[in-house]
Amino acid sequence: MAFYSTSEFRGGMKIMLDGDPYAIIENEFVKPGKGQAFNRVKVRNLKTGRVVERTFKSGDTAEAADVHDTQLQYLYNDGELWHFMDPASFEQLTADANAVGEAAKWIKEQDLCNVTLYNGAPLSVEPPNFVTLVITETDPGLKGDTSGGGGKPATLETGAVVRVPLFVQGGELIKVDTRTGEYVSRVKE
Amino acid sequence: MLTAIRAFFAGRGVLEVETPIASRAGVSDPSLEALSTCWHGPGSPTGSPLFLQTSPELPMKRLLAAGSGPIFQICKVFRDHERGRLHHPEFSLVEWYRLAWDHRRLMGEVAELVRCALDAPGLPVEEVSYRHLFLDRLGLDPWHSDPDGLRSAAVGQGIQGADGLDLGTDGWLDLLLTHCLEATLGRGCMTFVYDYPPSQAALAQVRPGPEPVGERFELYVEGMELANGFHELTDADEQRRRFATDIDRRLASGRPVPPLDQAFLAALDAGIPSAAGVALGLDRLLMVKTGARHIDQVLAFPVERA
Repeated sequence: MAFYSTSEFRGGMKIMLDGDPYAIIENEFVKPGKGQAFNRVKVRNLKTGRVVERTFKSGDTAEAADVHDTQLQYLYNDGELWHFMDPASFEQLTADANAVGEAAKWIKEQDLCNVTLYNGAPLSVEPPNFVTLVITETDPGLKGDTSGGGGKPATLETGAVVRVPLFVQGGELIKVDTRTGEYVSRVKE
Repeated sequence: MLTAIRAFFAGRGVLEVETPIASRAGVSDPSLEALSTCWHGPGSPTGSPLFLQTSPELPMKRLLAAGSGPIFQICKVFRDHERGRLHHPEFSLVEWYRLAWDHRRLMGEVAELVRCALDAPGLPVEEVSYRHLFLDRLGLDPWHSDPDGLRSAAVGQGIQGADGLDLGTDGWLDLLLTHCLEATLGRGCMTFVYDYPPSQAALAQVRPGPEPVGERFELYVEGMELANGFHELTDADEQRRRFATDIDRRLASGRPVPPLDQAFLAALDAGIPSAAGVALGLDRLLMVKTGARHIDQVLAFPVERA
């Protein structure tokens, strides 16, 4: 098992605290001139996303978390679990709703996703920054209306609902920024 | 700022001195670690270690013993392992000594110097003893606390991870000071904290009594520790005992034991005049003056780019 000492702590490093994997956000060194040195560390729980602070005595260690990021291809959802495949090894991995989270409403078969693995199992799934999806349902559009204002809700093939301009029609392909959940443009097939 | 400080001392008849930055003796204080380098030359053909000073305190006291009178020094000091928003391994300080003064009187002069250096003649002073700081803010008396009680206090204050820390009484007090108290000190004023537990006296005299106190003070401005001063210990035997305690603590924690400053001990044997001394961090003082949040903002080239 690998251990990191407080002087090795830096942003992005993954450590174990109380049995959960955490990512270090910030490491602040605190020391009275004539006294004990401490590290006040801000960490994010990789399971819950919660940010907490933790104080270490300088020189103390924390166990390294077996966490790393990899690109996996989304295969299908069996109703309960999401199935992914490593495109290099063809190894298949499953992720539960907890791990997939918000990504569920953006990803469709064949998409390559950034997946964080913890002890070899998916901990969280990040959809591609931009996805192209078919509009399955939206109010009929007004031809010629190219203004940016207003807009209307449109339901996409994955179930996600985004606001689109009035001229966009059902059945069209659109590009969406998954980080903001916003419509970017129409896409020609 | 440096010109103002030099003029301040010139006007008060305090002599500017220089002492070696690299010394054959290291620092014994278990909370400090010196950087070291290697010197080759006559008498040292294969190289012998030279330690970069963590403070000019001991050689300056040798000058006092030699009859220098009141002295000050502006110099660079070096501390291994220290890096952060308020820490840099190489930093500047002004250190000075006043003969026949005690720490309380020196606090007054520190306040005047800070007002002068910051060009803030109206900056008010607040003085609080270490005991009352803890009593008033945390409801606990450092003279009557044990590690278990302090651990509960730290957990009660919401310090995350406190329950898992392995600390002695002074370590717990340092934790509470740095996490719960420091940020509130010196807001819009200079806060002097004085009279420390004897176990934190460092190189200060301990005033005897039913509850002895270390005659030491710290200055805080805008939540930052700026200065540390002592009514100096002049008793050679007591100094040897403290060095021995330091060394025991270093050995117990598996840390290196550097050669002690024998010339300093000899000076104490010969007799050092009663004095008060203080070291004030100039980088942090400049941070206060410029409103900087990070020490890197007042350094030309931080260590990562040095």
